[in-house]
Amino acid sequence: MGWAIAIHGGAGDIPLSLPPEKRLPREAGLRRCLEVGIAALKARNHPLDVVELVVRELENHPNFNAGKGSVLTTSGTVEMEASIMDGKTMKCGAVSGVSTVVNAISLARLVMEKTPHIYLAFDGAEAFAREQGLETVEMSHFITPENIERLKQAQEADRVQIDYTQPIQKETPKDAAVADGDSQIGTVGCVAVDNEGNLATATSTGGLVNKMVGRIGDTPVIGAGTYANHLCAVSATGRGEAIIRGTVARDVAAVMEFKGISLKEAAAYVIDRVPPGTAGLITVSSTGEITMPFNTTGMFRACATEDGYSEIAIWDSPSK
Amino acid sequence: MGAWAIAVHGGAGVDPNLPKERQEEAKRLLTRCLDIGISALRSNLPAIDVVELVVRELETDPLFNSGRGSALTENGTVEMEASIMDGPKRRCGAVSGLTTVKNPVSLARLVMDKTPHSYLAFAGAEEFARKQGVELVDNQYFITEDNVGMLKLAKEANSILFDYRIPTLGTCGGGAALESPIQMNGLPISVYAPETVGCVVVDKEGRCAAATSTGGLMNKMTGRIGDSPLIGSGTYACDLVAVSCTGEGEAIIRSTLAREVAAVMEYKGLNLHEAVDYVIKYRLDEGKAGLIAVSKNGEVACGFNTTGMFRGCATEDGFMEVGVW
Repeated sequence: MGWAIAIHGGAGDIPLSLPPEKRLPREAGLRRCLEVGIAALKARNHPLDVVELVVRELENHPNFNAGKGSVLTTSGTVEMEASIMDGKTMKCGAVSGVSTVVNAISLARLVMEKTPHIYLAFDGAEAFAREQGLETVEMSHFITPENIERLKQAQEADRVQIDYTQPIQKETPKDAAVADGDSQIGTVGCVAVDNEGNLATATSTGGLVNKMVGRIGDTPVIGAGTYANHLCAVSATGRGEAIIRGTVARDVAAVMEFKGISLKEAAAYVIDRVPPGTAGLITVSSTGEITMPFNTTGMFRACATEDGYSEIAIWDSPSK
Repeated sequence: MGAWAIAVHGGAGVDPNLPKERQEEAKRLLTRCLDIGISALRSNLPAIDVVELVVRELETDPLFNSGRGSALTENGTVEMEASIMDGPKRRCGAVSGLTTVKNPVSLARLVMDKTPHSYLAFAGAEEFARKQGVELVDNQYFITEDNVGMLKLAKEANSILFDYRIPTLGTCGGGAALESPIQMNGLPISVYAPETVGCVVVDKEGRCAAATSTGGLMNKMTGRIGDSPLIGSGTYACDLVAVSCTGEGEAIIRSTLAREVAAVMEYKGLNLHEAVDYVIKYRLDEGKAGLIAVSKNGEVACGFNTTGMFRGCATEDGFMEVGVW
């Protein structure tokens, strides 16, 4: 048994025709973040530190829907959320409605470690960030031209898009519409286990394109988008409302425990029970197994284990 | 056709020294709420409507800690949250950070029924409330004198917490200082306000529903969200069962308590009573909490590892019980 790590950059309707200029930067981002995680595990950092570090990297990367590059609310603003959980102690932290904090995942960690609470949101979260001296910036820092465009198209199509759903085409696609039909970007997450079986998970997101101001998704809801205990660590992505209703992250561990099945079977079981096209997840077990199932077209993901195995993928891999 | 069942709660974690009149007042309110629910069930109202109706009643009465009578934040204001879940299809709605909405549970219902989302909070939730035309009042409406006093005591208690001393409430002398060291969420039990109200119902069609509402933890940081609006933690309903929890919010979240009851029934095949006992006994670690639950078969159960839980339950065959300890 050794360490293991998995990361994701979001699940959704990622078209197989995704052009290289959209695909390559994301693959490169996954590769880099995976390497950061691997190095941290090799240096014997605790998984909680590893997942926070990796998610910070993913948040800073502008092509994923977290931190910089977050999708926009219906008012054109950014409201980020994140959560983190330690499998052994089951301590957890979460934040929502964060608009100026460079790394929401680090704020979630501080809620966990520096307050008697688990979850802080909106003004209260922002005030706490400042008290703690976290790096804050103007909200414009997080907004990218691609996301302004995505919001515009979502509003024109008058629907709320999940991370990767193709917008409804009302007429034949023009160039701009085809460009929009490229992969949308998604929630990010990381799960890790060290060679002593310590587990941790972290998830971060900008949410849904064109979401109502104040909308909270699955990411900061412990048991929905994020969960870890002594058996496994889970980070989910996809349609928040379905993941909440399905208590997805919690169920993976529950099914393992109560039905006595393997990580892989448990994860597949849970994904099967959410509506098709709505979710994906990454999970590692205390014994170093990894599985990354999804019922969407694709999920940006990567993983590695101490024995040298590693993988970066978007769509189905032959041995899924 | 099955039989209906209903349970209500007004919070887990009761001061053993709570004056008798307050206990009686609480029991009267619980009885009244049960009667409202029973009447609605007899008129064939679906479970989801019954839980909303009953929790509205609990929110409106200032006795328990939700809506009017909510615990106060560290700033002396009220920030309310609630969630509701409909077992069939597991539809759900939740709200947090409400400051002017008279009945948070009804706004949670509107989130479920009228938006593509499951959870709205703070300014966005208040804006939605305005657009929906729900009844809005000044934040002052929710604040009671009792709770202003409690907040003061909570702040004092926090500064002398390590002595485990309960601040004297009246004019008596040192005798009060070494009373029971019972604490919940870091507060002495005399100051800790049971935080939450809830209702679970199964109707004659076997549909289960749950709703929970709260002002949250006394002296909480502004922006703090507890278990009550979190689906799977404070509230959960599916085809089999509906659950509403109360107690130490952080412990309930960590143990995803409401989902846990359903999960052991679903995946381990436990019946309702076994599931509730198991979860309270083994899933809370050092956390202190309670819950009420109904199953699709018309059973009702409650469990708690706290000193008391304000609760009431009734089933179609005429059983009815209201209790504190």
